[in-house]
Amino acid sequence: MTNKGVVFLFIVIGLYILTLLIEAEIALNALTFSGKLLYQILPVLLLIFVLIFVSNLLIKPDWVRVNVGKGSGLRGWIVAVIGGILSVGPIYVWYALLKDLQAKGMRTALIAAFLYNRGIKLPLLPLMIHYFGGIYTLILAIYMTLFSLLSGILLEKILERRGTL
Amino acid sequence: MFAGMLPILLGVILLTGLILEVLPVDKVSGWFGKNVLLDSVVGATFGSISAGHPLTSYVLGGELLTQGISLVAVTALLVSWVTVGSIQFPAEAIMLGRRFALYRNLICFIFSILIAVLTVATMKLFA
Repeated sequence: MTNKGVVFLFIVIGLYILTLLIEAEIALNALTFSGKLLYQILPVLLLIFVLIFVSNLLIKPDWVRVNVGKGSGLRGWIVAVIGGILSVGPIYVWYALLKDLQAKGMRTALIAAFLYNRGIKLPLLPLMIHYFGGIYTLILAIYMTLFSLLSGILLEKILERRGTL
Repeated sequence: MFAGMLPILLGVILLTGLILEVLPVDKVSGWFGKNVLLDSVVGATFGSISAGHPLTSYVLGGELLTQGISLVAVTALLVSWVTVGSIQFPAEAIMLGRRFALYRNLICFIFSILIAVLTVATMKLFA
């Protein structure tokens, strides 16, 4: 995984060098924006680091099996939906924790449902209501929650059929 | 685990900066026509390749609505913006598996259009 990550980083750096050669201003603006973005997500990165540390200390495979494992049932779906809605920061910072929980036995459908529910941004709901109205926001949030469950079930079925799980 | 994730994270952040700089968010209205179904696909596609803050999608969506773009297309854009992650795809594939990332993003793309159609249809019941 680390090697693939380093290769990915080098590919992106290559894109920057290419952009720098074609139009230096775009590359420099992008770099400035990326620097600001990194600064903004540092608190979330710290939170994820702490969560991974705590999960490695406290969350044992037995807990994962009962709460978000294959036999977790309704409890697992509730944990995934609420966890996804309450999680903060960019999606990619959560991959490491989910990978960790996946290795401990977290159900694939619940990982997908967690990621989908990250689309419901509680702190931004008032702004969405401001732009699109309360009824629209409520209906959209309900559909997104329902489809998060469907996306999890569907993804798990597809991966099972493809022999990935 | 966390140290292994750092190059991926840095790569995604740098790629986000580059895509946002190259992608003409302010010119997106020109991509839409008057066909609701086609516009929904365009909306979902644009949302999928965007990586900015969701707030940007609200502002953009509101502006598109005032320009006469259908609510279905705008909703598809809003939903795919937060559920499909084209830019994060390499990181998701490395961390959670290539097939997981591929099928999840495909499902989310299709669902963004479905949700858009259903949301607007349900809205009409309340109108």
